[in-house]
Amino acid sequence: MGTDARTPDVAASADFEEVQTTEQFKELRKRHRSFVFPMAIAFLAWYFAYVLLADYAVGFMSTKVWGNINVGLIMGLLQFVTTFAITGWYVSYCNRRLDPIAAEIRHGIEGHEFDKTGAGMSGSAVGGAAK
Amino acid sequence: MISIPTAVDVAALKDTTLLNMAIFGLFVAVTMVIVLRASRNNKTAADYYAAGRSFTGSQNGTAIAGDYLSAASFLGITGAIAINGYDGFMYSIGFLVAWLVALLLVAELLRNTGKFTMADVLSFRLKQRPVRIAAAISTLAVCFFYLLAQMAGAGSLISLLLGISDWGGQALVIIVVGALMIMYVLIGGMKGTTWVQIIKAILLIAGAAVMTLWVLAIYGFNLSTLLGAAVETANNPAVLNPGLQYGKTETSKLDFMSLGLALVLGTAALPHVLMRFYTVPTAKEARKSVVWSIWLIGLFYLFTLVLGYGAAALVGAETIKAAPGGVNSAAPLLAFHLGGPLLLGFISAVAFATILAVVAGLTITAAASFAHDIYASVIAKGKADADTEVKVARRTVVVIGVMAILGGIFANGQNVAFLVALAFAVAASANLPTIIYSLFWRRFTTQGAVWSMYGGLASAIILIALSPVVSGAKTSMIPTANFAIFPLSNPGLVSIPLAFLLGWLGTVLDKKREDVSKQAEMEVRSLTGVGAEKAVDH
Repeated sequence: MGTDARTPDVAASADFEEVQTTEQFKELRKRHRSFVFPMAIAFLAWYFAYVLLADYAVGFMSTKVWGNINVGLIMGLLQFVTTFAITGWYVSYCNRRLDPIAAEIRHGIEGHEFDKTGAGMSGSAVGGAAK
Repeated sequence: MISIPTAVDVAALKDTTLLNMAIFGLFVAVTMVIVLRASRNNKTAADYYAAGRSFTGSQNGTAIAGDYLSAASFLGITGAIAINGYDGFMYSIGFLVAWLVALLLVAELLRNTGKFTMADVLSFRLKQRPVRIAAAISTLAVCFFYLLAQMAGAGSLISLLLGISDWGGQALVIIVVGALMIMYVLIGGMKGTTWVQIIKAILLIAGAAVMTLWVLAIYGFNLSTLLGAAVETANNPAVLNPGLQYGKTETSKLDFMSLGLALVLGTAALPHVLMRFYTVPTAKEARKSVVWSIWLIGLFYLFTLVLGYGAAALVGAETIKAAPGGVNSAAPLLAFHLGGPLLLGFISAVAFATILAVVAGLTITAAASFAHDIYASVIAKGKADADTEVKVARRTVVVIGVMAILGGIFANGQNVAFLVALAFAVAASANLPTIIYSLFWRRFTTQGAVWSMYGGLASAIILIALSPVVSGAKTSMIPTANFAIFPLSNPGLVSIPLAFLLGWLGTVLDKKREDVSKQAEMEVRSLTGVGAEKAVDH
């Protein structure tokens, strides 16, 4: 790795393979993947559906809905809405389902290896997470 | 000169040159003072590359917006909507939706596993040397194409904004912009660069907001009336429908798909965007930065919709095309129509600041990649101390700056959109498959990474070289030659799936297995942030 580590790494001597096999970590990984993968597939599908419609269904997209506002414009603006909504949804999911368990595992590793500094680190990490 | 009743007198723009220069000079002076103040404790490599990881999520998010909303976004998209109507708006959508890839799949995991550069993450559990070199080469390639686009954009902007139309005068301005950029990066490092990005993002978004409200007020805050006025000025109802630019032939339709793919997958693999995630202390702040930037960038792209159709209605496509600077002049001409010389001066200064800031961000990324990945890890084999590494980074800044100035002078007048799209396509092809595989696929190996990165990089660049953008059409870089055997002007549709395929193929054909404990370490670190959750103290 690089020549100048960011901080003396309190986790350097942790047994990551052991952590990886714990139920708690498997749960974290499952929660993370079961949110981001379906969500990524969904928004990419919606985006490409939109691109394909704009590309090959010009007549449909040009249908006037209200005044000069047509289907294409509404669907374009809906892309903005879904992007903002997924962003908000992801943040709230992280706060509820991912951050607490990630912090627990982190404290476990750091506290276990280095009782003194580990406690200090955990304190600051909790402070950061609570902000 | 074409005269349209509502049109702006383009010749009158030259009278505002002094004002433009004064406002721009003020911006340079103010930011330089801030950069000098910010740089007082730039001592370690973490200070220089990652601003001591001392920025908050909202500050970094604003800086990301500053990095991302380049001249291509502001001038390019507004112009594209003003001329091509709906097809221009689709750029805004692709550029915004792309951020979800960064938010969901890349930002936090990357923040937790790396230190300074993209290569830190890619080489984490694979063989250092080959992967690091490949990642550094693709970083340099993407940064270089992006830099060329910005410098070339600076050249063509100047013709309109400062009234300098001769080649020598434009070259001089490119040299001045380049020299200023080198100074910012040398003195300020990442911290100074970040502050420049923040100031510029605020100015740009505020300026666009004022113009948007102004345009909307003219049409009684009714979007439908504005669109109606755009149709009337253009005398063509099709400006509201898709297909004006890309719907002409089956090839151009495929080309649009290709562009859409490159845009949505390129953003999360742009090295200068990735490097910004290292300037915050924790993954949570990295997430907050992306959320901030999504809101700011989304808001800005909504403004471009109003500004583009506003320019189409109030200035008119014919006047915009005839003005020096062509399509890119839509936003400045609209500013002049609305607020006279003063607003034009402000918007012009913001446009310059945009180019300066984006160029600075790209340069520090390229310099960090060279010094950290090639010099420290490969040439000095990890034996260089931090001081030497930063010294090498500073020298690299000067070399890259000079190359960008020369490239910008020679690329001046060439198709800026082509260079930006190439940067996106190269990033999506060379970087994204390896980023995704190494974060999520346990079995992924060094051979897969190397095949995917070199294969993606080479196929993207070769396909562009063989496309109508380079030869065979009137608008090509070399219009006199014709070796365009690849019909699409954007290679993404072919090169991105190819790079994913090569990454998979390289891995399944690899007889060697990677270190299992490194994979465990990377996965645990990326998801929990262990060992990465603390700012560097001074």
